[in-house]
Amino acid sequence: MSKGGRLASSVGLVLVAFGLVVVAVATLLTPGTPGGVVDFTKAQPAGQPVNLTVQTVGAIGYGPHPTWVSYLVKSPSTGRWIHDTTWQLPAHTLVHVTVMQYDSGSPLRNQEWGQVQGTVGGTASLNGKSFSVYNSYTGNGVGHTFAVPAIGLSVPLIGVSGSATNVCGEAPCTQKFAHNKITFSFTTPGVGEYNWQCFVPCGLGWLYGNGGPMSTQNFMGGFLDVVKS
Amino acid sequence: MTMNQGSDDKEPRHLRRILAIWLPLAAVVDVLFWFLVGPHVPPGDLTSTASSNQFDFNILFVIALPVMIGVWVFLGYSIRNWSAKRVGSAEPKGGAAARGNLRAQVWWIGLTTVIVLFLAGFGTVELVIGNGSGGGEGPNPAWAPTGANAAELASATWSPTDNHVLPVQVIGQQWQFTYRYPTFGGFESSQLILPAGTEIEFNVTSLDVIHSFWAYQLSVKADANPGVNNIAYTKTTKTGNFTVRCSELCGIWHGAMYNYGKVVSKSAFESWATSTETANASNTANLAPYASTYTPDANGAAGGYYEDGTVTPYSTVEVYGAKQPAS
Repeated sequence: MSKGGRLASSVGLVLVAFGLVVVAVATLLTPGTPGGVVDFTKAQPAGQPVNLTVQTVGAIGYGPHPTWVSYLVKSPSTGRWIHDTTWQLPAHTLVHVTVMQYDSGSPLRNQEWGQVQGTVGGTASLNGKSFSVYNSYTGNGVGHTFAVPAIGLSVPLIGVSGSATNVCGEAPCTQKFAHNKITFSFTTPGVGEYNWQCFVPCGLGWLYGNGGPMSTQNFMGGFLDVVKS
Repeated sequence: MTMNQGSDDKEPRHLRRILAIWLPLAAVVDVLFWFLVGPHVPPGDLTSTASSNQFDFNILFVIALPVMIGVWVFLGYSIRNWSAKRVGSAEPKGGAAARGNLRAQVWWIGLTTVIVLFLAGFGTVELVIGNGSGGGEGPNPAWAPTGANAAELASATWSPTDNHVLPVQVIGQQWQFTYRYPTFGGFESSQLILPAGTEIEFNVTSLDVIHSFWAYQLSVKADANPGVNNIAYTKTTKTGNFTVRCSELCGIWHGAMYNYGKVVSKSAFESWATSTETANASNTANLAPYASTYTPDANGAAGGYYEDGTVTPYSTVEVYGAKQPAS
């Protein structure tokens, strides 16, 4: 090969390697999942409250990890349940959250997460009944939490009875299955990416319960992609 | 060529020349650094350990800068005066003088040895008189401020008018730090608020994997290990804000494991602590009793279902996936 050819080949390889590095870094840095981002900014007029409906299931029932616990979100445009945990919300806007909790519960490793924090009024509602603290050592315990640490938001999602005969085993679950309905409201912060997560170590079989679905995007954690309203 | 042998009348006294350049330059740079840069060197002066560490860094700088400048001056002088182009020969001059200069070598080795040994001693002294200098000392600290032992007692108290050590427990968990205040009923909070002018005893532990509590502007850093109470001390000196970060890679949300804390006046702290104690009372009653460590167990790891109603007793062993006790 001529000198020019060798030079061109070398430059080409360097460019390919550089391109791969750029793609890899961009992939790592870009929040989101294979499902993309669920856009809640256009579902209502600017400045109006956003309705965010999610469900938590004990087993997703499909995909590469059918036994993993997971969140799902209801699409604001189609009303269908989507397996995606990156949600785009308008900044400085009231968000009404409804969680349909289909999973069973247990005592919290840290009861601190039994306290409702960062919501409007410091309360949430469990099947229509307001509460601010839930003792996870009573009743069915806490199945999961919805928490956005950066804005101090944390809400315990009370578990359903494990002895119920109609426990949902495959997502998306419908209301014919045993469930708890938890509602609360919070105000989105300024523009930015805010991670949210569950604080119940619900990755069964993983070290300290925080592996698997707790450590994989699109299951028990994700991002609030807060954009200019 | 020789450094300073004086054997050749035509050869200038290079060492004197180099010293004449180096000494005033190093002195000026040191003075400029100390007064212009020193006060801004991290981690600042929010606490006694931060001030102490800033002082330590500045001492290191004013010793290292002359060494660095000396190397650069010598390099520049060599290039300027002893390059092949200037000397007129592509080959270095041979002879005994080219093999080295014993006096210069002894000075160089001796001086740098003294500097390194001095810094080792200086660092050790600073570590001891700084009660660990903000670093985690484990469950039995070798160096502790007066009254620190009393702070560990369940009956410990704190008020703006006393000079008691304030114990604060730092609990790492994937992926957030929370804080307990045993002298205020043991309430737990996601906020870290501290009183100014107070000796603080951080009791750092973890509920799961290894984390590391790094309160940067406080100049406090202590690993959070499950089953271990890692104690670190500092004394707040003024009001201000600080950042807490986990500095031990701990999983997917490690990068998001941070929060912001505040050092406020003693009266403001007491007001916040007492109001939070009251507001959190119902949840505090559900917390595990205050302890130096907490044993992570299978509970909460989705180990299984259990019936409605009473759900005790729980497993106290660290087994995951274990069957939960029936009601």
